[in-house]
Amino acid sequence: MSRPLTRRTFLAAGLATAAGASGVGAAIRYADRFDLIPPDHSGVVGIGETLTYATQRLLTSRHSLAREFTRNDISRVAPVNGPHPRDEKYLSLLADGFRRWRLSIEGLVSRPVTLSLDELKRLPQESHILLHACEEGWSYIAEWTGVRLASVLDLTGMRPEARYVVFEPFANPNQSGSVVRVLWDSIDVADALHAQTLLAYAMNGDALPADHGAPVRLRLGRHLGYKNTKYLSRIVVTDRRDLYRKSRGTWYGGI
Amino acid sequence: MSDEHIASRHSVIVRLTHWTVVLSVIGLFVTGIGILVSHPRLYWGETGSVGTESLVDLPIPFTIGPSVWNRPFHFLFAWMLVLTGLVYVAGGLLTQHVRDDLLPARADLRVNHVMRVISEHMRWNRRGENGTASYNVVQRLTYLAVVFVLFPTIIWTGLAMSFGVTSVFPMLATALGGHQSARTLHFVLVVLLLLFAIVHVVMLGRGGFWTNVRAMITGFTPLGGRGR
Repeated sequence: MSRPLTRRTFLAAGLATAAGASGVGAAIRYADRFDLIPPDHSGVVGIGETLTYATQRLLTSRHSLAREFTRNDISRVAPVNGPHPRDEKYLSLLADGFRRWRLSIEGLVSRPVTLSLDELKRLPQESHILLHACEEGWSYIAEWTGVRLASVLDLTGMRPEARYVVFEPFANPNQSGSVVRVLWDSIDVADALHAQTLLAYAMNGDALPADHGAPVRLRLGRHLGYKNTKYLSRIVVTDRRDLYRKSRGTWYGGI
Repeated sequence: MSDEHIASRHSVIVRLTHWTVVLSVIGLFVTGIGILVSHPRLYWGETGSVGTESLVDLPIPFTIGPSVWNRPFHFLFAWMLVLTGLVYVAGGLLTQHVRDDLLPARADLRVNHVMRVISEHMRWNRRGENGTASYNVVQRLTYLAVVFVLFPTIIWTGLAMSFGVTSVFPMLATALGGHQSARTLHFVLVVLLLLFAIVHVVMLGRGGFWTNVRAMITGFTPLGGRGR
């Protein structure tokens, strides 16, 4: 039943709103200490992004595994959004089978390293058959083989202040926007250490095709397709929140 | 407000949540179309893409681009809907709104009674209704279905497309037949919600469109007016 607004209820509502607002402020500071605030938390859209990220981080316990499939489930068609870079540097590496390609892991690590494709392949190898879904709506299942990002970060060690891992694609991002759609991107440490986070160099048993990100791409079990940065050249561990990505859409892709 | 010419109709919780839900559903609908146009084909199972067999090809041209910026707003409105829905259901249970206004009386559930109410609706006939303060059995069943079946399954099929969520609750996707099945069902359920919204707005005409809208804004309806 509805009653008209009296001065008393108006005052009470005002006080409750003020208490609620300062409560929200305190909750945000507290949540940030537990890494529940995403880097793109600002603005109107940031409210939804923060709610989604914080809820999923509380819910998923950082270790939950994406669904895995069988070899029989592997899709016949594996579409690509944006073909591989066409600049001379990339094309010469591609022609050479990426023998001169190097992946550098730097930033807030104890021992920065630079790895060749062969060195990467000598690290413990594993395969995962995962669903890859584009935010546009299509999806396919493929088997991805590579090394766990966690194994590489084991080699380098991560400094305690590390919060994000940034992935830079090999190609120069300043070429035509339609060629390299995702310029660079980052994930949080929880996802970096996740058991299904791979630096993948093979797809369905063959070397990673150029259009799928050769020589090495990031493969995340719990994210939409756009977070799986292709053509990797540099991995930077950072605590800087303002460096999180140069791309479009929401930063958190577990949606 | 003890004016004898007006009667109390909707509680403040019902009114606030009603309009917040209207806003978020409109937002979800618009941004949902913004996402859909980037791939207007529907599939069954886990996978589907151009080059594979589809269930339905919607007569919409492929428009790449809008999905990227519509998606964040879609989730913002989704949070608005879910949080408002929780307030409505909790409030509805506490204030007995669900029991008094939505649950039909056992006697009203007889098939011939339900059929009579439906046929009166069809003929735009309001004879035999017992005033504005109470919903008839068809309204009650419809509102119950929308609140406790349609909205929850729309939210379920939406969550079933989230990799973060299905890593904890894989059943949400597998029980529906897979990722693409969830997407298809999400679309079908939204069409049902749209049908409900159209019928709901048309039915406001019974008893006076503005009388009903005013009642949902102010909470009151004039006694002896057309709204009875």
